[in-house]
Amino acid sequence: MAQPKEIFVRLDRCMGCHSCELACAVEHSQSKSLYSAISEKPTPQSRVYVEWVPPDNRLPVLCRHCEDAPCMHACICGAISRTEEGVVMTNADKCIGCWTCVMVCPYGVIGRHLQEHKAYRCDRCPDLEIPACVNSCPTKALVYRTVDEFSKDVRRVASREMLSGEGG
Amino acid sequence: MAGDNGNSNKSTDPAVQEMIAKAESMNVVTVWDRYEAMQPQCGFGDTGLCCRNCLQGPCRIDPFGDGPDKAICGATADVMVARGLDRAIAAGTAAHSGHARHLAHTLLKMAEGKAKDYTVKDGAKLRAVSTRMNIPIEGRSDNEIALDLAKAALADFGEKDTPVMWAATVVTKDRVKVLTDLGLVPKGIDYEVSEIMHRTLYGVDADAVNLLLAGLRCGVADLAGCYMGTDLADILFGTPTPVVTEANLGTLKADAINIAVHGHNPVLSDLMVTVASDMKEAAVAAGASGINMVGICCTGNEVMMRHGIPSCTHSVSQEMALMTGALDAMVVDYQCIMPAVVNVAECVGTTIVTTMDLCKITGATHVEFSEEAAAEKAKETIDIAIQNFSRRKNKPIDIPEIRTPVVAGFSVEAIVAALSKVNAEDPLKPVVDNIKAGNIRGVCLFAGCNNVKVPQDKNFTVMARKLLKENVLTVATGCGAGALMRHGFMDPANVDDLCGDGLKAVLTAIGEANDLGGPLPPILHLGSCVDNSRAVALAVAVADYLGVDTDKLPVVASAAEAVSEKAVSIGAYAVAAGLPTHVGVMLPVLGSPLVTEVLTAKVKDLTGGYFIVDLDPESAADQLLSVIDERRAGLGL
Repeated sequence: MAQPKEIFVRLDRCMGCHSCELACAVEHSQSKSLYSAISEKPTPQSRVYVEWVPPDNRLPVLCRHCEDAPCMHACICGAISRTEEGVVMTNADKCIGCWTCVMVCPYGVIGRHLQEHKAYRCDRCPDLEIPACVNSCPTKALVYRTVDEFSKDVRRVASREMLSGEGG
Repeated sequence: MAGDNGNSNKSTDPAVQEMIAKAESMNVVTVWDRYEAMQPQCGFGDTGLCCRNCLQGPCRIDPFGDGPDKAICGATADVMVARGLDRAIAAGTAAHSGHARHLAHTLLKMAEGKAKDYTVKDGAKLRAVSTRMNIPIEGRSDNEIALDLAKAALADFGEKDTPVMWAATVVTKDRVKVLTDLGLVPKGIDYEVSEIMHRTLYGVDADAVNLLLAGLRCGVADLAGCYMGTDLADILFGTPTPVVTEANLGTLKADAINIAVHGHNPVLSDLMVTVASDMKEAAVAAGASGINMVGICCTGNEVMMRHGIPSCTHSVSQEMALMTGALDAMVVDYQCIMPAVVNVAECVGTTIVTTMDLCKITGATHVEFSEEAAAEKAKETIDIAIQNFSRRKNKPIDIPEIRTPVVAGFSVEAIVAALSKVNAEDPLKPVVDNIKAGNIRGVCLFAGCNNVKVPQDKNFTVMARKLLKENVLTVATGCGAGALMRHGFMDPANVDDLCGDGLKAVLTAIGEANDLGGPLPPILHLGSCVDNSRAVALAVAVADYLGVDTDKLPVVASAAEAVSEKAVSIGAYAVAAGLPTHVGVMLPVLGSPLVTEVLTAKVKDLTGGYFIVDLDPESAADQLLSVIDERRAGLGL
């Protein structure tokens, strides 16, 4: 089976512009247009969170779709399941808003929609080939790749650094 | 579209499409590539929710309400958006009035005998403008009057006992009262620009409506800058009269030395045209058939209006003039000159010559222009082009065989003169009667730029097509005029095809009364972007004739593909003058529902004008038509 793609973050790239958050909210709106989404009800919500790590680091954090997902185990009403593509999904119809998933999520990336009274999180943009946050990132801090591809890139950079140290 | 090389999403101009394909084949990066590389653009900037006005920032407000709802200083989204818009208006005002101040200094130097290459070309206009400014004219020479007028112009920039005279004397009496009551009469042109910078500083004005009113006042100062620019240019270089010429890239000539003047101020371009006509021998000696001057953007409009110099291309497609490989020099002054022209020029061997201290571009050749040595400096730049021609000889060039006939040169004076041939006693009567009778449903001004976000010229042409069929008398300025001329809207031969019967009859009657052997062109070219003042002058003349204020007229404006902050300040004065004003690209204001509401609705209660933002040209045209009908109904028509 082919390796599924994940949303990875290149940790040294984020400028903290929050563009991913806007793009995520727009993609999860009815109109899918920033200009109209602003005034929509229920208010579209972003599922990616740009965090500040003092003094000068920023990092987008979003659902990792854990293989052994704590939220899925903890959900008392069976609202959370995994799709064939490996995406951990919350079924809003079943969600009772008990926030147990929020308690157990090690990343803090499950949100509470105040108008819909439901939990929400990254759904990897099922209608898009590349998730909206990845597409919106001006510095390509967010990338959509398989573990193999991402690791290969990391290895390539690491090898170069090791050799440049060797060559002095 | 067949034969568009797949570039119809970039430009609807076939000549430009041809050059885009050439750029692609040569791997030359152009504005459309840079636009693609810039995607996606930041949503905070797009909605006006980003502020960099202090060093605690940058601040962004989350339009979806999850993140910060205030800036670090506490500014709300409304305040942030209003501040940003104000700064755009101030920048636009600074640019138009900078252009006007340059002309005022030129007039002053001429009157003092320090700029021998400039003269008063239109003494009648000098006297008319001076009379408006309460400057005595009886028994005085051109130079004496010009000296006083130049000083009066320069005085309008600062605070003084009187308000800005180029604003207070150019609108209807009723409008002066409206503006006075609202506190929208500018104290000085520079004063208003400077005050906007002050009030948008960290910790000053934090009331969105107060900020917007200041923006409108600065917009009125922009009207003054534009009006002064037109007045002084007409005095120094002549008031335009109808002239037959051509537009588009096909106006370049393979065997001639092709020089494009690009930018805005006729202080440079008009001199270039005059000097070039004396340099044919040098061109022939270099093996060329002569010197072929062409214009790009508004300085192109200036020399087209006064000398019939062809317009080569406009705005977003300025790099495409270079892609022909046929330009020997592009001589620029300021405003709307994409720095990228030097990169494209490097690929094709054109020399870019910058001429103004405030607009140098790394990679260009700089020849500092001065009014004192104007002809000498103009000759120096033309010499650069002649030398460059020797390099170009025998190199392949691609000039698209596309040229459109253009009749331009419709200053208000020229329009009134043409109308006097229909009714010498009462020149405005024929137009006003036709408006009343419904043969002319209303009037629309197309202004502004070409924006890379719109397939070039599409919004202008779609809207113009619809409005002309509905008998809307249409005038155009700036690169809006450029767009429409390249698509045949200024060719009288297209009146039959483009105009509704009522409008056709009016254009034909005026044309025949003037022995043109046919109608006026479907759209009247009023000039450059400062010449939006001519549209205001026309509206004021019609309003005075009817005895109403400008906010009652069935007159609308559209910046269908706006780019520059100058378009924002023009929009501000159009709204202050009471005109419904369409903008065909998104203004960065949606982040504030309050500012959006004020600009598109509430301001109507104050000035009668308001913004209509509609990105779809079809529905925008429909909206303008219904606004025109509403205004007609208001007049009992």
